Formats: sequence, C-alpha cells, structure tokens
Amino acid sequence: MKQKGQIRRRYIFTKNLDSSLTDIYNGFKFFVQFFKELFRKPFYFRETVNQTFEIGIRSLGLITITGFIVGFVFVKQSRPSLESFGATSWLPSLMGIATVRALGPLVTALITAGKVGSGIGAELGSMKVTEQIDAMEVSAINPFKYLVVTRVVAATVSICLLALYCDFVELLGSYMNINSVEGISIQTFLRNAFSSIYFLDIFTNVIKAATYGFTIGMVGCYKGFNATQGTRGVGMAANKAVVFSIFLIFMEEFIIVQIVNWIRYL
Amino acid sequence: MGSFVSDPEKEKLETVISIEGLYKSFDDLQVLSGIDLILHRQENLTVLGRSGSGKSVLLKIITGLLKPDKGDVYVFGKRVDKISLTELNSLRLRIGFSFQSGALYDSMNVYQNLAFPLTMNYKNIDRKEVKRSIEEVLDAVALSEKIYQMPADLSGGQRKRIGIARALITKPEIMLYDEPTAGLDPITSVEIIDLINEVQHKYNTSSIIITHDLTCAKNTGNRIAMLGDGKFLQVGKFDVVFSSNDERIKGFYNYNFIQ
Ligand SMILES: Nc1ncnc2c1ncn2[C@@H]1O[C@H](COP(=O)(O)OP(=O)(O)OP(=O)(O)O)[C@@H](O)[C@H]1O
Ligand SMILES: [Mg+2]
Repeated sequence: MKQKGQIRRRYIFTKNLDSSLTDIYNGFKFFVQFFKELFRKPFYFRETVNQTFEIGIRSLGLITITGFIVGFVFVKQSRPSLESFGATSWLPSLMGIATVRALGPLVTALITAGKVGSGIGAELGSMKVTEQIDAMEVSAINPFKYLVVTRVVAATVSICLLALYCDFVELLGSYMNINSVEGISIQTFLRNAFSSIYFLDIFTNVIKAATYGFTIGMVGCYKGFNATQGTRGVGMAANKAVVFSIFLIFMEEFIIVQIVNWIRYL
Repeated sequence: MGSFVSDPEKEKLETVISIEGLYKSFDDLQVLSGIDLILHRQENLTVLGRSGSGKSVLLKIITGLLKPDKGDVYVFGKRVDKISLTELNSLRLRIGFSFQSGALYDSMNVYQNLAFPLTMNYKNIDRKEVKRSIEEVLDAVALSEKIYQMPADLSGGQRKRIGIARALITKPEIMLYDEPTAGLDPITSVEIIDLINEVQHKYNTSSIIITHDLTCAKNTGNRIAMLGDGKFLQVGKFDVVFSSNDERIKGFYNYNFIQ
C-alpha cells in the first residue's frame, strides 16, 4: 500500500530550504491569525488572568535571584575602570542606565524564554500530539483562542511586570554592593540612579519587555501547536521554542535600540 | 440487536453522512483514494481496515479536522469543507468524537473534562444541569466513582471510556468511535460493545465505529465496511463482507482467527 500510494513530490528549491520557507510562512500566518482572533469574541478573560498569574509566579523566584546577582556583579566588575578615573560616584547612575536601558528587560527575557517559553512549547506540544487540541476543536471550542490567545496575552503582560520587578531587584543588588563598599545611603543611591533616566528609557523598557514577552508566548505557542512525531516532538517543540525565541529577542533588541537612539537624538 | 436497516419500509432511510469520491494525501503518501460512503440515521456502521489504512483520517475529515484533497463530504446535508467555522461548529456539537487515544485534557480532572464542552459552548448553562449530565454519562460508562480523578491516574481502558463519556455529553446525533476496544481486555471490550449498542438505542444515534477487532465489528455494526488501498473494498452485512473472495479481506479474516 505504501509503495502504491507514493506520489512524487517536487521541491521548489531543496527539501530543507522549502521546509524553512514554509515554516516562516506558517509562522507569519500564525501571527496574523493571532491578531484576528484577539479582537473576536469570546474573550477567555479568566483563563488569561490565570495564565498571567501562573507565568508570573513560576518565574518570580528565578528572576529575583538572577536579577540580584546581575546587579551586584555588574557594579563589582565596573568599579575598577571607574576607580581609575576616581569616578566611583558615577556607579549608581551607570547602574540606573544599564538596568533600565538594557539589563532589566534582557535578563527577564532570557530567563523567561527558558522557563515560560519551553513550558508553553511543551504543554501545547503534548496537547497537540495526544490529540487534545483536536478534541477541543471537535467540541466546537476554538483552541487557538482558548490556548494561544490567552497564553500570548498572559506572557506579554506578565513578562512586562516581571521586567519592572527585575529592574527593581537589579538596582537592589547593585545598591547592596555599592553600599558595602562606598557606603552611600539609599536616598543618594536612588537620586543618582534616576538622575540620568528619562521617560523615554522607562517607556522603552516597557516596550521591550512587552515585545519579548509577546515573542516568547508566540514562539512557544507556535512551536507547540505545530508539534509532530509523538513524544519526541514535545521535546523538540520545547527546545525550538527556547532557541528561536532567544534568537528573535536579540534581533529585536538590536532593532529597538537603533530606533530608540535615533529618536533620542532627534 | 434491533437493526434499523433490516426494517426499511418503516421509514425512508435518512442519510446523515454522505461521502463521494474522497481523496486525501499527506506530503508524499496517498492515504484515501476514492472513498464513497453513506451513513443512515440510527445505523451503526463499522469500518475495518489495517493499521495505517486511513481510518482515523476518515473520521478527522468528517469532523472537519482535516481538509479533503478532493471529494464531497456531507454531514446533515452540509459540506463540511465548505461551510463557515460557525456553521461547522454547530455541526460539531451534533457529533460526538471518541478519540483513539482518549485525548482527555490532562490538566483537568474527569469532572472538568466532561464539563468543558458544556460550559464552553453553553454560557448560561446551570451548574446543576452540568452536574446532572456528567453523572448521567459517567453512569453510562460505569465510572461514576472516578469523577474527581485526574486522567493520569486512570487506566488506559478507563481513559477510553471517559473519552466516550465526554463525546456523549452534548447528546450528539452522530457518534464516531475510533478503535473503542483496541488494547482493552476481552471483558472490558464486551462492556464497550454493549455500551455502543446501548447508546445507539437509548439516544437514537447513528455511529461510525472504527476497529480492527472482528468481535467488535460483528456485534456493533449493522453494516461493515472494509477499508483497503484507500477505498472501501466491500460494504454490507458482516456475513456478506466476509464471504468475499477478495484476498485482502480474507487475509484480514484469517488473521483474526479467534472470535
Ligand atoms: N496529520 C498527518 N500528517 C501526515 N501524515 C498523516 C497524518 N495523519 C495521518 N497520517 C498518515 O496517514 C496514514 C493513515 O493514518 P491513520 O491514522 O488514519 O491510520 P489508521 O487507519 O487509523 O491506523 P491505526 O489503526 O493504526 O489507527 C498513516 O500512514 C499516517 O502516517
Ligand atoms: Mg487510527
């Protein structure tokens, strides 16, 4: 039956290139479908809120530890070069800029790409390969709305909040280090840290975090939703979700920074 | 077994599913090539076929989960591949699908699994009503005591029965069973066979039952359809189909030597 059933398949380029291009095309369709479904009823508000809390709480511990360490270590490593100019009093403002402009959103994105992205990829991937998504569909429930839209919105919102929280713990970490060496008070630290941060920086911080959160949710859902090949596919979906979303996050970081700097010096 | 087909003058046979010239392939594999099929109201049709012959694919096309490459698939007179999603969904509510793997939502317990199709589709449904429906279908599959268990804590056969219960919860007019007895012990198999027949009579459903199991085919099907090489090789009464001289059917029969 198998031999009889074979039909010759022609590729436009090569097999791999064709499948990469189809993947990009399908990814784009998935992206478009998200915005179509986002504004269409029904809105699974409760499920979205549940997912937001779940994602937020699941990553909170990890963000606390990594954020604190990044802040602490960043100051420690920067001190020698500032010391040689006798400019260690710049440390708080350096740290403020570094956190809000770069470290906060990036650290949050990398941690949650690993934690949340792989979780969503694996969860939806296993639902896909065990036909739970098909089961939803035949029960006249739109799995794209119920599973994808809720998770992407939840990831965007909660990663935004996590990034602000991460800014806070990074500053706390750096304050701990600065306080132990330079012995400045928290008021002085905060005044200096925020002296060189503008509204544009905070705004960009939020935009970046939202973009990364959206990317993580979207890629995780896309990879999970399109998982194939049984249980092996679940692992692959989780893995691809992390790798691909980190790749995209750095591309986005690059683009956003270009745009913001262009605006800044307008 | 009250066979509806044996009593044709009682009422004109009403068609609920009709398929003509259905083709379906995946990448470089031709799975279905020219399926024709009629399912009558209140009829149990069993589809037999080897593993990989496309039985599950056929059911997925009927429910609109997969799109046919070619051919007409009508359910209640509507072409499933041509209607809008809203229309398709209202058709789907009239169809119960019991998946080969059970496909229970593993993040939800049995109660939530069964409630999900109801609460998601009928926004204003009364909680008591939901509870009552759940108790009724759990009673039908004889698993009332498992109501608050998680799917992971059930045996394979129990999961399958909960899957059937979930398909029944919306009181469908058509039931599609994908290998309801595969991998079950003979006693549980007989229970499932009885359940399928009971559902047919109690809820007046029309069913397609997919199986490799001749006992199941013989005892549930008013008609049997043999799927092979992407087509139905023969459709008819059990005895007629299995007195065929077609090698592909005989091979199947000889293989299932114990009945
Ligand atoms: N979504 C899909 N993508 C690609 N190939 C598929 C897909 N679904 C099914 N197939 C292929 O179609 C063929 C028929 O599959 P199907 O699941 O219908 O078999 P089946 O008759 O139900 O077998 P079994 O008795 O083992 O369940 C198989 O070769 C399978 O690999
Ligand atoms: Mg199958």
